Amino acid sequence: MENAQAFDVTTAARQRPRASRQEIREALQGYAFIAPWAIGFLAFIVGPLLTSLYYSLTRYTLLRPMEWIGLENYGYALLRDSLFWKSIERTLLWTLTTVPLGVLGSFLAALLLDRGVRGTTAWRICFFLPSLTPQVAAVILWVWILQPEVGIVNSLIRMVFETRGPGWLSSPTWALPSLVGINLWTSIGSNRMLIFLAGLQGVPRELYDASEVDGANWWHRTLHVTIPMISPTIFFNLVLGMISSLQVFGVAFVATAGGPAYATYFYALHLYQTAFKSFDMGYGSALAWMLFIAILVMTLVQQWLSGRWVFYSGEVRR
Amino acid sequence: MGRQFAQVFLNVMTTLLALSFIFPFIWTVSSALKTGYEVVEYPPKILPRVAQWGNFYEAWTTADFGSFFLNSMIVTVSTLVGTLLSSLLAAYGFARFRFPGREIVFLLCLSGMMMPVYVTIIPLFTIFRALRWIDTLKPLILPSFFGSAFAIFLLRQFIMSIPFDLDESALIDGASRLTILLRIITPNCKPALATVAIFTFMSAWNNFLSPLIFLDSQKNFTLPLGLWFLRSYADDPTQPTEHLLMAASVITTVPVLLVFISAQKYFIEGVVMSGIKG
Repeated sequence: MENAQAFDVTTAARQRPRASRQEIREALQGYAFIAPWAIGFLAFIVGPLLTSLYYSLTRYTLLRPMEWIGLENYGYALLRDSLFWKSIERTLLWTLTTVPLGVLGSFLAALLLDRGVRGTTAWRICFFLPSLTPQVAAVILWVWILQPEVGIVNSLIRMVFETRGPGWLSSPTWALPSLVGINLWTSIGSNRMLIFLAGLQGVPRELYDASEVDGANWWHRTLHVTIPMISPTIFFNLVLGMISSLQVFGVAFVATAGGPAYATYFYALHLYQTAFKSFDMGYGSALAWMLFIAILVMTLVQQWLSGRWVFYSGEVRR
Repeated sequence: MGRQFAQVFLNVMTTLLALSFIFPFIWTVSSALKTGYEVVEYPPKILPRVAQWGNFYEAWTTADFGSFFLNSMIVTVSTLVGTLLSSLLAAYGFARFRFPGREIVFLLCLSGMMMPVYVTIIPLFTIFRALRWIDTLKPLILPSFFGSAFAIFLLRQFIMSIPFDLDESALIDGASRLTILLRIITPNCKPALATVAIFTFMSAWNNFLSPLIFLDSQKNFTLPLGLWFLRSYADDPTQPTEHLLMAASVITTVPVLLVFISAQKYFIEGVVMSGIKG
């Protein structure tokens, strides 16, 4: 009670006993308003999260009763499942290409749009349309464009170079690069570009004016003013891009189903195959948890690295 | 002179980039309007000789697109209602009430956004299977009635920008907290609600993974799943079907484009707001 007094001297000192009852009332009402979300959070996130951790320590195939096997699933993945390593290699290759290229592409697209050219809105919509397209529709559209015999890309190659183009999605060499291309088409003009645009518009004009007085050209301005000023945005986009790229599924599932010869067999496809084709829920859960931990660790590492190169303009004043 | 040249160069770059983004759409629509034999001819023509508007009807009837469309509508509209209702309640709770543990709970709520779906989807599958909900639309709809982290975040930020004086004077007049939510907060929140609505619409309409896992029979498919099904299984090697597939893709995409064009402003504001926390 004494503590409460000490806190409340400034506000409504006379009504103290009622105020504390009001506080309890307010807290209860607050809990009531967040209750639907909280129930859902427990039922659809926390519960399943713990359940899948438990599954990952069992042999559980829906057909036979669950059997506790400790860390065997993890050991199997790390030591004996060659497809596990294959899918990790493919996924890392995917992340290391799509994230840097995609973030760079979005940044350049935002720079082009930020020059205040006439009809910026129209250009912005043009850039943005691919990311709005439902993924399945976008992939099907590209499968048609890249079709080996009559697709427009190979028809153009035939017309210009008078030679046959590769089988793009059916070639083990070209399948992954083709998917990277499809991903860049859908992701460059996406939310990421809009976030960059907002970041660019937040750079104080004075900095540009000052650098111009110093005789800096466009390239210098971009390198020494723009990029340092929006480095938090770059960082944000890199982290988000990485988290989603490690989970890539739809584009490969629809375009190539992981083939040819496992060239586009990403981690999530291995997980889907295990859990929902072979119905090996135990091993599938172990795969899911390893992905979860990998994402967590990578996010923390990036968070730590960011202290070294991200510049927050607030730091100047403090 | 050099500066002018640079401007021209950058304008050309912008145009080329825009064209490469737009061309696949033009090609899709043009393929959707060609005859089955026109789509496979060489050299390819940009425009169909005669626009085959009947392709859309044929695509609609070949596979069960009527019911795909209806299922997608049911899922999307229910998700929209569920997300808006429950997220608004939670956002109001987080923004306007002081209670022990509020900051930590809110942080927990946000952390859910970073979690890969795969880590929860296997137990969800076994639970829904035990409930005999597999191959119904329930697993796609029900979770939305318990709020979405992104929507709660966006709405909470917005509610916090509404002056608390408005709430206070209503409280003094004896209004209940629920009345304040309905009469003061909700009307003032319209832009944020619009933003959430657009995002929810798009993610529900475009969702592919959950329908793939939770639905089995064709009559229950949503549009993206139906489109995938049409591509994977309905391949008839004796007859070109690409023009129908393209028509079906157009049918799937058009609603999203309509929603985006009619509410572009709110959409972009929402993206920007979500980026600010970075």
